[in-house]
Amino acid sequence: MRSMRNVAVATAGVLALTGCAMGAERPADHASLSVVGFAVPEAANKAIADEFAKTEAGQGVSFRTSYGASGDQSRAVAAGLKADYVHLSVATDVTRLVDAGLVEENWDQGENKGVVSTSIVVFGVRDGNPKNIRSWEDLVKPGVEIVTPNPASSGAARWNALAAWGQVISDDGDEGAATEYLDRFFANVVALPNSGRDATTAFLGGTGDVLMAYENEAILAAQSGQGFEYVIPDTTILIENPGTILKDAGPVATAWLDFVLSDAGQRQFALKGFRPIRDDVDFGGVVEGAADPTDPFPAVPTLLTVHDDFGGWAALTAKFFDESDGIVSRAIAASGKAS
Amino acid sequence: MTWAPTRPETPPADLEQRPLPRGRPLLQTNLTTASGIGLGVAMIWFSMLVLIPLCAVLITASEGGWGAFWSTVTHPQTFAAIRLTLLSAAAVTLVNVVMGTLIAWVLVRDRFWGKGALEVLIDLPFALPTLVAGLVLLSLYGKDSPVGLELAYTPASVFLAFLFVTLPFVVRMVQPVLEELEVEVEEAAASLGASRATTFRRVILPALVPAITAGAALSFARGVGEYGSLVLLSGNLPYRSEVASVRILGSIENDNLAGAASVAALLLVISLAVIVVLDAMQRRVADRG
Repeated sequence: MRSMRNVAVATAGVLALTGCAMGAERPADHASLSVVGFAVPEAANKAIADEFAKTEAGQGVSFRTSYGASGDQSRAVAAGLKADYVHLSVATDVTRLVDAGLVEENWDQGENKGVVSTSIVVFGVRDGNPKNIRSWEDLVKPGVEIVTPNPASSGAARWNALAAWGQVISDDGDEGAATEYLDRFFANVVALPNSGRDATTAFLGGTGDVLMAYENEAILAAQSGQGFEYVIPDTTILIENPGTILKDAGPVATAWLDFVLSDAGQRQFALKGFRPIRDDVDFGGVVEGAADPTDPFPAVPTLLTVHDDFGGWAALTAKFFDESDGIVSRAIAASGKAS
Repeated sequence: MTWAPTRPETPPADLEQRPLPRGRPLLQTNLTTASGIGLGVAMIWFSMLVLIPLCAVLITASEGGWGAFWSTVTHPQTFAAIRLTLLSAAAVTLVNVVMGTLIAWVLVRDRFWGKGALEVLIDLPFALPTLVAGLVLLSLYGKDSPVGLELAYTPASVFLAFLFVTLPFVVRMVQPVLEELEVEVEEAAASLGASRATTFRRVILPALVPAITAGAALSFARGVGEYGSLVLLSGNLPYRSEVASVRILGSIENDNLAGAASVAALLLVISLAVIVVLDAMQRRVADRG
């Protein structure tokens, strides 16, 4: 019966995904805003839009929204999909738009460095954590089965692979040890679905002991009754999702971005499970669905960042994700050869 | 939804409708104005939807030159994915040839309760979004499978998914031909002393071969291109359950369009070759019959 319910819920999810909401049609004399984003923050953006509509700048603004896989959305915008504001998973997907001449080169030079929402990589586990997964070392023990989206085809999944590598380095390991860890990590992977959502579906369907997930997705899943327990490891990576307006967007887009970055906007992100980009954002202290709703975003002892620990996306992309020579690509290939 | 099959080009044992002899001057046509317009519209339609996009794939694939193409498709992980895709599609096609013909036979020749429902359900794999098909298969053949077959994330999952999405092709091709086959011919064969097996082999099968091969060609091509139903089912494990489409997706994610197009072009050429070979086989069998 449980699997039937999962199918029903997942089917509903699939239907929701395919029905790319086109936003409410309003009279043409109001400003409109085209939001193109990756799938994860859809609920949060909708909540922010509702709050935005209550402000002077946001009154009567009609939204056209499109959500999907980050890379696909970025390629669609580069190919001509109308967008005023993009919210993507990884900075390289915005870089593609800069290269296409659609986004200003200095988009990431502001106070927020181009980041509009943040989260961290966590471990999703089975109820009661039967395999007692606490640390990265627990993941590579024999017999532990890991589900992670595929870093080769999902830009969002790259955060997971970087976290797995970076925690070895921050633990005073050298690159050889980190590579060896990645090999052991991927040797334990039992499924590499193409997106985070597919990975969650597979995990909820009974596959694996550990799901490599984002904290905000775990919280949002719990809010919608599809929850799973999650564990925050002592060392993890800060996921920084970039958002920016396009060059030819109107003034309402600027007002929108300002609102997204404001305390009011970040508050909505927090309530949907994202960590606010500033520590002083007041979201009321309680986030339903978090492991501990009254302390939803506990401090992580060692929090890696792409900028400080990997030298930025431009530097790391070829090193880790080159199709044939990237460290992660090699580790994935090695996992297949070994078994 | 009913599948409207194209009638086999060369009905066997019908010598009058043989293809025109070769070597006729190309320009000599018998087109009227109306049929000329019809041909024009058909060609424009076909070009816009198929020919031009396919050419674009081939051109993109050739961007890096032969060396880049070759190193892309011989990359061990990509090669393994292409091999799995082609072998699964071929195996599924063989199964469909047997099972599809059998199902068509049952639907045409037998009377049984629930036949009408079965008739409609056969087309379900066409109507169902493949992603949903994958979900359904996952709940049946995934972890803690209620039927005791845990096939998800194994190479067999690819075979299973292909089997599901290609089921209707041979059935729907064979069915109308079988319906038109006159029972009197079989009775005549029987009255001349042919056994049931001989009648099937010498009389019925030759008549069905064009439809079976047409269905087989569609089934193979559809299998090679399948992706949606595998998203949740195969787990994309390299060297194990990863299909060519996932490698293509990986190349696209890395903005390596030439690499993606190279794999696509190879699949395209192989599918085309298989269709041509099947057609040639079908003609030989038809000629003999």
